[in-house]
Amino acid sequence: MSSTEHIATAHVHRDDVGSRMGMWLFLFTEILLFGGMFFLYSVYRFQFAHEFHVAAKELNTIIGAFNTAILLTSSLTMVLAIIAIQRKQKTLSIVMQIITIGLALFFLVNKYFEWTAKIHHGIYPGSEELLSKDSGEILFYGLYYMMTGLHGLHVVVGMVLIGIMTRLTARNSITHDSYVRLENAGLYWHLVDIIWIFLFPLFYLIT
Amino acid sequence: MSAEAATIRTNGHEPSYLEYKGKHSGFLGWILSTDHKRIGILYLISLSFFFLVGVIFGFLMRLELISPGRTIMDAQTYNSIFTLHGVIMIFLFVIPGIPAVFGNFVLPILIGAKDVAFPRINLMSWYMYVIGGLLAVVSILLPGGPADTGWTFYIPYSVRTNTNVMLALFAAFTLGFSSILTGLNFVTTVHRLKAPGMGWFKLPLSIWSIYSTAWVQVLATPIIGITLLLVVFERWLGIGVFDPALGGDPVLFQHLFWIYSHPAVYIMILPAMGVVSEIIPVFSRRTIFGYKFIAFSSVAIALLGSLVWAHHMFTVGMSDTGQFIFSLLTMLVAIPSAIKVFNWVATLYKGSIELSTSLLFILAFIFLFTIGGLTGIMQGILTVDIQVHDTSFIVAHFHYVMFGGTGFGFFAALHYWFPKMFGRMYHKKLANTYFWLLFIGFNVLYFPMFIMGWLGMPRRYYDYLPEFHSYHFISTIGSWILVLGLLLMIYNMYHSVRKGKVVTEKNIWGGETLEWQIETPPTHENFSEIPVIETDPYQYKMNEETLDKKEVR
Repeated sequence: MSSTEHIATAHVHRDDVGSRMGMWLFLFTEILLFGGMFFLYSVYRFQFAHEFHVAAKELNTIIGAFNTAILLTSSLTMVLAIIAIQRKQKTLSIVMQIITIGLALFFLVNKYFEWTAKIHHGIYPGSEELLSKDSGEILFYGLYYMMTGLHGLHVVVGMVLIGIMTRLTARNSITHDSYVRLENAGLYWHLVDIIWIFLFPLFYLIT
Repeated sequence: MSAEAATIRTNGHEPSYLEYKGKHSGFLGWILSTDHKRIGILYLISLSFFFLVGVIFGFLMRLELISPGRTIMDAQTYNSIFTLHGVIMIFLFVIPGIPAVFGNFVLPILIGAKDVAFPRINLMSWYMYVIGGLLAVVSILLPGGPADTGWTFYIPYSVRTNTNVMLALFAAFTLGFSSILTGLNFVTTVHRLKAPGMGWFKLPLSIWSIYSTAWVQVLATPIIGITLLLVVFERWLGIGVFDPALGGDPVLFQHLFWIYSHPAVYIMILPAMGVVSEIIPVFSRRTIFGYKFIAFSSVAIALLGSLVWAHHMFTVGMSDTGQFIFSLLTMLVAIPSAIKVFNWVATLYKGSIELSTSLLFILAFIFLFTIGGLTGIMQGILTVDIQVHDTSFIVAHFHYVMFGGTGFGFFAALHYWFPKMFGRMYHKKLANTYFWLLFIGFNVLYFPMFIMGWLGMPRRYYDYLPEFHSYHFISTIGSWILVLGLLLMIYNMYHSVRKGKVVTEKNIWGGETLEWQIETPPTHENFSEIPVIETDPYQYKMNEETLDKKEVR
């Protein structure tokens, strides 16, 4: 009897299915958060189809495509990190996590150059250059900065999160039979990835 | 904690959660505690504080309106005060209200668990609540003055005004985050931590309500989060998405705002309905009538309630088809709500009723909620809505549902679970006295608003025509009676927590749910042994048989 109670208590304190469920619920809320902006995007794109088309020509498709490839690769390395820990290959898992963080950083560096180039050309919310354009283009860039900016913030959060996981793995807190936190960080990272998968065509490929 | 605590099998001598000493003791033991019961009490204290602030603003607003023209404040102050009254009451009192205080305290106990699924996230959401609340309060004090946009932050005014709208927006954003975390926690808890044998249809009905609410919290709140964030950026950088000067559409803001804020009223009312379903069986000694109907009507309200937001916007110029659909859906929400009311009344019928303070509040709930609900259907009718839109008729309807409903439900819950929470009893006679003060004051305060709204008194106006004077005058008198009742209640609670008669009886009301089978006040882990559930939550069969026999005779 007393042994079953131990198990019951352990169950309360460690519930992998519950943790994953909580994470999925949280991801729902993230999708809805971005959903609000996708909703605005679709309304304005419908209303200003031509202006959106013109404005999108200004964006650098090559950097965008490059960044898409980077994020997809980082999702792969994240999965590999989880598989590695399942197979008790701690060092490999840490390496994969660090590569993931590196790729995320790479993505942000690209984003930085892309944004500064735009700002250098006087295209940013509230600039005279932008205000002289049609309202459809103002809206396009308003949404562009808002959505990629918020996405960028999520990339930073993801990096911090994976960084914490790397530390926990190094300290043997995440192991082959207890890796739900790494898995959850991975789920979060895939969400960041998939939001970009939608942002990329909506802003770069509608020319 | 895990291994040792599990082996302690003795019962009755463990310290209660109020005296329990964990890693920290004293004040830190409270504000760093991850115990769901302590977090519930933390919420109760902070919520009461903000509620009082909201009451003061409401009181001042009514005082200003006692006569036409300037009475005690200028128009700008009045605008700020109704904004703050709305923001504080909605985001800091009614939305978190019952789930955060009583949900936290009793939800794990009612399903036979030792805590919620994520105790640390639970504590974090309390911190976010406090930070959000403080931001709202700080926005009053900083230069620039408190926001004057109304709690709805309608664009374009919220972009143009020079008051501290940013802080108020951040406050609401943070509070939304707190609400999401609570919802997420409760959904997972109900799925994962039900005691063995507790199937979905053995859950107490308040769990069904809080569970439905939690889903709405999780699914609707992110929308208000992003909307408020966009307004922040609209003010800060001028991104243009809502600002008509830059090509944006302010009506889209209204859509996004109400996509959350309408479901939010179900976040507010559903838990109160759960409290009603919990208390009625206990004080009428009858098994709840139509358990499954009440359970599913909670889910139906949550679903339908998420699809009716545009009925707040019938005057913005929507398509006829859109208006028709939203009007129809609005009326459909009345069906599950009415199912609940009929089932409650059917439960009371032929019961052996004990008119405790909690039951009095519940009866007031049914009465006031019915008025509030029916006037709600009136506004769902397109033609009527054009007439009463933005009049004090809306204000009256809203307060009948939110204060008469949720507020009174909150008070009922407080008087019902108080002895369990603190192991002490409040002054019952005094409680019954202020119940009547509250009930009478409430109706005197809000009923005139129906009449003057119907006659054309706009809401949120600082000044009014002389023909509305008598209504405003009566309404202000009502606010005094109501505030007197509230003060007496706060005194009673404050006094009883420290000096009330000690209660050690496990089951003081004769309830059948799990919280009445554990110690009073509960121990740190709630249950020394996780119970195995074999019966339905409401068992008054014996009592009903005797009642039936009496009927035959």
